[in-house]
Amino acid sequence: MIRLFLRDLSLSIRAGGGFGLALAFFLIIVTLVPFSIGPEPLLLAQIAPGVLWLGALLACLLSLDRLFALDFEDGTLDLLVTAPLPLEGVVAAKSLAHWVTTGLPLTLAAPVFGVLLGLEGDAAIWLVTSLALGTPALSFIGGFGAALTVGLKRGGLLLSLLVLPLYVPTLIFGAEAAARGMAGLNAATPLALLSGITLASLALLPFASAAALRANLK
Amino acid sequence: MKDIGLARLTVKDLGVGRGGLPLLRGVSFALAPGQALMLRGANGIGKTTLLRTIAGLQPPQAGRVEAEEDTLAFAGHSDGVKATMTVEENLEFWAAVFGHEGTARAMRDLDLMRLMTRPARDLSAGQRRRLGLARLLVTGRAIWLLDEPTVSLDRESAGLFEAALAAHLGQGGAALISSHLDIGGMTDVLDLTPFRATPAALGLAEGSW
Amino acid sequence: MSLWEYANPRRFMAVSGRVLPWLGWLTGLTLAIGLIWGFFFTPDDYRQGSTVKIIYLHVPAAMIAINAWGMMLVASLVWLIRRHHVSALAARAAAPVGLTMTAIALATGAIWGQPMWGTWWVWDPRLTSFLILCLFYLGYIALWNAIEDTDTAADLTSILCLVGSVFAALSRYAVNFWNQGLHQGASLSMDAKENVSNVFYIPLLFAIAGFILLFLTLVLLRTRTEIRSRRLVALKLRERMAHA
Repeated sequence: MIRLFLRDLSLSIRAGGGFGLALAFFLIIVTLVPFSIGPEPLLLAQIAPGVLWLGALLACLLSLDRLFALDFEDGTLDLLVTAPLPLEGVVAAKSLAHWVTTGLPLTLAAPVFGVLLGLEGDAAIWLVTSLALGTPALSFIGGFGAALTVGLKRGGLLLSLLVLPLYVPTLIFGAEAAARGMAGLNAATPLALLSGITLASLALLPFASAAALRANLK
Repeated sequence: MKDIGLARLTVKDLGVGRGGLPLLRGVSFALAPGQALMLRGANGIGKTTLLRTIAGLQPPQAGRVEAEEDTLAFAGHSDGVKATMTVEENLEFWAAVFGHEGTARAMRDLDLMRLMTRPARDLSAGQRRRLGLARLLVTGRAIWLLDEPTVSLDRESAGLFEAALAAHLGQGGAALISSHLDIGGMTDVLDLTPFRATPAALGLAEGSW
Repeated sequence: MSLWEYANPRRFMAVSGRVLPWLGWLTGLTLAIGLIWGFFFTPDDYRQGSTVKIIYLHVPAAMIAINAWGMMLVASLVWLIRRHHVSALAARAAAPVGLTMTAIALATGAIWGQPMWGTWWVWDPRLTSFLILCLFYLGYIALWNAIEDTDTAADLTSILCLVGSVFAALSRYAVNFWNQGLHQGASLSMDAKENVSNVFYIPLLFAIAGFILLFLTLVLLRTRTEIRSRRLVALKLRERMAHA
C-alpha cells in the first residue's frame, strides 16, 4: 500500500502534471479574479477566502479524472484487484497521493497567493488551517467520483457534475471557517464540522469507491 | 524462492458472459500442479471473459470456480506497465504489491537485464510484453491465467516465454492459456466451441423479462 | 404471499397494468378537486392577497421532490441487497419525476417570491437546499444515461444515491449554518402550514394527495416503459445469439 502511494507520487511528479499544474491553475484563477471584479483592495480582501477555496476546489477537480482512468486503461487496475491488497486500501492510497500532489501544495502556497488578494498576517493562518483540514476531503470525495466514472470514455464533464454537489458542505464549512477567523469571530464550530467531514470521508468513502470500482470492472 | 502454494484449479459447470450477454455455458475442467491447458475457440467466443471470470474480475453467471486463495495471477491484453517508470521499477512495484521477491531472476529469465534502467515507454511492443510476463514471475502465484501471452513476441522471445513457463510448471505451477498461436510443448487443449451459450441461457441470465 | 413476488418483472407488469388506469383516474380527480378548490373557492389572504394560492402547487411539489429521492434511496438499497431488477428500474424511473418536481418547486417559489419579497431569488437556506437537490438529481440521471450496461449502471447509481443522500443531508445542515452565519437568522422563508387556516388547509391536503398519486402514476408508467425496453434488449440479444 505504501509502495502504491509512493508509486503514484513518483508517477505524477514524472508526468510533470503533479505539483506544477495544479499550482499554476490556482495562480491563474487568483490572477483572473481582480480582472473580473476590479482591483479595490477592500473588496478583494473580503472575497479572498472564498476565491481561494473555490480555486482549490477547481484545481483539485482538474486532475481527478486521471486518478483511476490511467490505471484502468493500461490494465493496472485489473492487476491491483487480483493482488493481495484490499481495494479499499488501494483507493485510499491513491486518494492520499492525489492530495499530496494537489491539496497539500495548494494549502502551502495559499498564503503567497493570498497576498495578491490582500490577505496578510493572521488571515493567512486561518486560510491555511481551513485548507489543511478540508482539502483531504476534496481528494477522497473526488476519488469516489473518479471511481464511478472510470469506465467512461469522456467522463470528465460527468465527473464534475457528480462531484461538485458533493463538495458543497466542505466548501461551506471551509470558506466559513476562514472568513470567521479573519473577521475575528469564533471559528471553532465550522472548523470542527470541517474536520468531521474530512475524517468521515477518509474513513468511509474508500468503501463506496471500491464498490464502484468493482462494479465498473465487471 | 518462496513456496508458490498449491496449483489446483477446479472449474465446475461455469457460465460466463459480458454485459448481460451469455457467452459460454457448462464449462468444466480441472487443472493439476505441473499442468498447462490451452483454451481454443473462435474470436469472440469468450476466452477473455472466461479468464477474467476465473481470475475473479467479474462474477460467474452460473457454476463455480474453486481455487485456493491467492494462487491466481492474471495477465491480460494490457500489461499494466507504467510508461514513465523503468523496467526494474515496474517489476519492483509488483513484487512489493504481491509481497514476493525474484525481480532479478524474472529479468534474467525474460532477457530484460539489458533494458533494466530503460523507461518502459521506450520499449517495443514485444519488449513490453516480455515485461508484462516477467511480472507474472514476481507475483509468486501458482496458477497463471494468460490471455494471448505470445502476441507481438518474436520467435526468440516466445522461446524465452516457453522456457519460463516450463520452469514454472516444473516447480509445480499450473497455467491456463488462451492463444490462437501454438506454444511449444503445450499438448492439453480445451476447445470452447461446444460450450457456446444457446439462446436458452438468456432466460437464466436475464431473469424472466 | 410475500411482497417480493411483485419484484418479478412479469408479475409486476400484470399487476401494475391492472392498477394503472384506476390510479390515473383517481389522480386526475384528486388533483382537480385540490387545485380547483384551492384556486377558485378559497378567500384571498389578508396579507398576501391571491398570490398565496400558489401554495397548492408549490408545497406538494416540494414534498414530492424530497420524498422522491427517499423512494430512490429505498429502491437503490433493495437493488444492492436483493438484486431485484424492478427495483433498480423504479429508482431510475423516479429520478426525472423528482427532478421535474424540484424544478416546479423552484419555479413556483420564484414566482411567489417576486411579489412577496421583491426578488425572484434569495439565498435562503430552503431555496438553496432545493437548488442543491436539483444538482443531485441531474448527476444521478446523467450517470444512468452515461453507462451502457444496465446492471453496472444500476450498481453505480445506487452507490451514488446512498453516498449522495448522506451528502444531501449534510448540505442541508451546512446551508442552514452558512446562511445564519451571514444573516443571523433573517430568513424570509415562511412555513406554509403554520399560518394557514382550515379554509386553505383542506384543499391543500387534496392537492398533496393528488401530487402523491401523480407521482405514483408516473413512476409506475415509467417503470413499465423501462421494463419493456429491457425486454426489447433481451429479445435483441436472443436474436443476435440465434444468428451467431
